[in-house]
Amino acid sequence: MKFTEEHEWLREEDGMIVVGITEHASEQLGDIVFVELPEEGTTVARDDEIVVIESVKAASDIMAPLDGEIVEVNTTLADEPGKVNDDPMGDGWFFKMVASDPAQLEDHMDEAAYRKFIG
Amino acid sequence: MSEALRQTPLTALHKELGARMVGFAGYEMPVQFRDGVMKEHLHTRKAAGLFDVSHMGQVLIRHPQGYGGVATAMEALVPADLMGLGEKRQCYGMFTNEEGGIEDDLMLARRGDELILVVNAACKARDIAHMQAHLAGCEVVEITDRALLALQGPGAAAVLEPVARGCDIMKFMDNGLFSSDYGVLWVSRSGYTGEDGYEISVEAAQAEKLARRLLAHPDVAAVGLGARDSLRLEAGLCLYGQDIDATTSPVEAGLAWSIRRARRNDGARAGGFPGAARILEELAEGVARLRVGLRPEGRAPMRAGTMLFASEQSDTPIGSVTSGGYGPTLQAPIAMGYVAAAYSRDGLRLFGDLRGRRAPVRVSALPFIPANFKR
Repeated sequence: MKFTEEHEWLREEDGMIVVGITEHASEQLGDIVFVELPEEGTTVARDDEIVVIESVKAASDIMAPLDGEIVEVNTTLADEPGKVNDDPMGDGWFFKMVASDPAQLEDHMDEAAYRKFIG
Repeated sequence: MSEALRQTPLTALHKELGARMVGFAGYEMPVQFRDGVMKEHLHTRKAAGLFDVSHMGQVLIRHPQGYGGVATAMEALVPADLMGLGEKRQCYGMFTNEEGGIEDDLMLARRGDELILVVNAACKARDIAHMQAHLAGCEVVEITDRALLALQGPGAAAVLEPVARGCDIMKFMDNGLFSSDYGVLWVSRSGYTGEDGYEISVEAAQAEKLARRLLAHPDVAAVGLGARDSLRLEAGLCLYGQDIDATTSPVEAGLAWSIRRARRNDGARAGGFPGAARILEELAEGVARLRVGLRPEGRAPMRAGTMLFASEQSDTPIGSVTSGGYGPTLQAPIAMGYVAAAYSRDGLRLFGDLRGRRAPVRVSALPFIPANFKR
């Protein structure tokens, strides 16, 4: 599992990378009321803003952690955005992507480094 | 932010209760407690929420000729009917400028020969300077040794009555002094949530003890500024600096109800406040833009700054959002903003620009939830 400085987690699964936000990020954002996800099939470049999360307090953007293609999105978040608070590392995942350059994964933090990053 | 944030008499208690603290109008304030904005909001609507609003300015105005002197002087700055304000009654008003815009909005409570004002934190220094310069013959005293708490929600009266005996028979916008175990409390039955409740001024040294006493009641939860904002938005109440400012007139803002007959054309004391020419003309002739409620049809909130259009194709904005977010009671996004008067009809469908996409939104009557005041 890898982590970005934007508080995303990246987990490899069946040749895809599943992406969501960390428990820490979901706590910081507060109650999430809306998640706008990219369309399946979208080609993204690293650092493209591809997800909008709205909490009761504010809107924030989530950026693509890698170059690649979005192959699946968690459509259940449209009706149940609260899943991101309830289970950010599980049912609250955002999208699955296929990385065009899997080596980019190594640019991101491992769990120990992320724990240190969030202090 | 290099300047140190000021604290309130309750700052230590907030931290003890696990608040997330933020800088707001120069003060270190709790934006939320452990429950989070959503739960704090819903708890206030269902039971009672306790808010620290000690950052707001409390100001006392006196005049050698008693209340008549105070009211006459203040009517030259505020388009409210202060001569007609009854003893132990409170009203809402605003400091207007020569252009008819709003310099701040405030509460004015008559107590004997004095007026007690509550003004916005971010404006208080300017308000006080304005009054010291322009309130003829008055003494303007900023109260700096008292905290201000708000206890809001349908459970508020039952919670406060044992603490301030007699407060349960007060009506909305009454105020009075109550002796208590925490010194003399200045209590008004008012608030900023659309719920029944009280605003309680207490000696700074007693504030934490009073707050602990109120929080010990099972119906009371500590509530932060986050829920204060979502509660006031559902209640259709303006936030100064966001929904009203030096360029918006009270008539455009839908606050004309606060300008009573005595201050209008043909009234006993018509005009006589800054910007009266524009404001009285707008009352008679109407305005070009109006503050309206807005309900996005989708789930995406429309935040402040979202531009509004009459159609999906139009490139010419007809207004913009000034406050927007999510209404926990309605479980839907809600917003307020200004639109050209021709587009202010309830139910009209407009489009907000959300990240380059046109999202439908309906003009909606304010407040979004019915007020629950004790009239």
